[in-house]
Amino acid sequence: MAVIGGSTTGRKARWTFVDIAVVAYALIPVLWTMSLSFKTAEAQTDKNFFPSEWTFDNYKAIFTTDQFVRALVNSIGIALIATLIAVVLGTMAAYAIARLDFPGKQALVGVSLLIAMFPQVSLVSPLFEMERQLGLFDTWPGLILPYITFALPLAIYTLSAFFREIPWELEKAAKMDGATPAQAFRRVIAPLAAPGVFTTAILVFIFCWNDFLFAISLTSTEASRTVPAALAFFTGASQFEAPVGSISAAAVVITIPIIVFVLFFQRRIVAGLTSGAVKG
Amino acid sequence: MSQQTVESGPAATPAEPAPRKGKPALSEGKRAERRLGWLLCAPAAIVMLAVTGWPIIYSVWLSLQRYDLRFPDQREFVGLENYVAVLSDGYWWTAFGVTVLLTVVSVAIELVLGMLLALVMHRTLVGRGLVRTVSLIPYGIVTVVAAFSWFYAWNADTGYLADMFGAQAPLTEQIPSLLIIILAEVWKTTPFMALLLMAGLALVPDDLLKAASMDGATAWQRFTKVMLPVMKPAILVALLFRTLDAFRIFDNIFVLTKGANDTSSVSMITYNNLIKGLNLGIGSTMSVLIFIAVAIIAFIFVKLFGASAPGSDQEGRR
Repeated sequence: MAVIGGSTTGRKARWTFVDIAVVAYALIPVLWTMSLSFKTAEAQTDKNFFPSEWTFDNYKAIFTTDQFVRALVNSIGIALIATLIAVVLGTMAAYAIARLDFPGKQALVGVSLLIAMFPQVSLVSPLFEMERQLGLFDTWPGLILPYITFALPLAIYTLSAFFREIPWELEKAAKMDGATPAQAFRRVIAPLAAPGVFTTAILVFIFCWNDFLFAISLTSTEASRTVPAALAFFTGASQFEAPVGSISAAAVVITIPIIVFVLFFQRRIVAGLTSGAVKG
Repeated sequence: MSQQTVESGPAATPAEPAPRKGKPALSEGKRAERRLGWLLCAPAAIVMLAVTGWPIIYSVWLSLQRYDLRFPDQREFVGLENYVAVLSDGYWWTAFGVTVLLTVVSVAIELVLGMLLALVMHRTLVGRGLVRTVSLIPYGIVTVVAAFSWFYAWNADTGYLADMFGAQAPLTEQIPSLLIIILAEVWKTTPFMALLLMAGLALVPDDLLKAASMDGATAWQRFTKVMLPVMKPAILVALLFRTLDAFRIFDNIFVLTKGANDTSSVSMITYNNLIKGLNLGIGSTMSVLIFIAVAIIAFIFVKLFGASAPGSDQEGRR
């Protein structure tokens, strides 16, 4: 790069070009889905990238069917509960891993690493049978439990990496200055730990929100089917009409939270992902 | 200083045997720390073991039985019969081959593209925040949503891409289908790879690069001789995570082809046997086989890692 050195504008122009390529790479499939969701039923087969005529009919259609609304409620509820529990349990374990010395610590880290790499489909058969026997099949807890399990390694890794960075001496200093342990925790430690916990919550939520395999294997009705699973079972207005519009509209709706997270918390998500995987 | 240590030596000896004798002689504080550590980790450990450990054992047990939910009366212990049935079945080996092919090809492409993207995110002079933000979208988006986008793009009725490339119905033929599955996988996971590699890039000291370039190293030499060695642990971690993740590919195939025309992965045929076919015995057998395959892949990687494996605490933090 130093060879061409001189002109900064030239280099800037080249980087701008590269940036545009990256942005196009990331956005084209998303824009395509949006475009389909705004196309009228007749225009869906015109194979144009952009709709010639815009309509909100597809959105109106999905929000008036129980199929989608129920699934959306399930998705939100299940992902939030699983995230909450996984983050609480993960915070406890990560605190212990980062700050305390006890036998079995390495074993726990090893086990969570194993679970992170675990082929989820290997669990589908036994969980399917066990949940049927326990009456958990096709219920919220039936999905929340495996989600927590697979989110925990992620939570523990990310959080313990964050907790290692916290200057814990500050807690002692606060106590010396006369703060009670509760005050020291609330005023000093909690604000320092909050960003890490929050980042982890986002990553865990994205994971739960994303899951498809458990969602179609361990549910069978609208009682607990989440949106990704429901999408696969969408039907058109008639038997012979492909549900392109409704699927695309539903897809756009469940992409919104992801886009919001990414826009507002880009820095944190990057920090969380990299600290968890490579303790740099 | 040395004077003191020598003097304190004999004084300290009597105290020494006590801790050496065993764990009970730990100080009160140490014991409290241990108890707190166990207490804090117990809930997470119990959940993880209950939802993975026990089911795996249970699925080994199920895999040794003839157990078809459509004919529950015929349930019986059959030893390794299911394994013989699966391993001598052409469908299993086709799916296995497809899975290995998809894994190897997509991870290889992701590594190259991911490295390029990491370099862009790390070095770009313009809009660094924008590039990072935008490349998180493929990572965060629901896989099924992205898969539907690709499905409709290549579908003969709706697709702009199928139209653009003049393809008739690419998703009804094996090779084009596999290429599209790879495209969908690569699109979705390259940013994740890039982020992990970027963390590795951040570890490359700038002075080292400058020194190399002073000594007349070309850009390529700087990349292979300076950056790659420093990044090796990060690359291995990224490869490990992505390989194991790619090996369990399911969502994209489910949406894009439903496994038609010999495009099923091992996860896909396991799902079909289990949920569609309701054959718990065969489904569990496949589950166990996939588990073994993944364990072997992980083992090979850990051998490659040596001491820098994630989880080996000392080295990992370097």
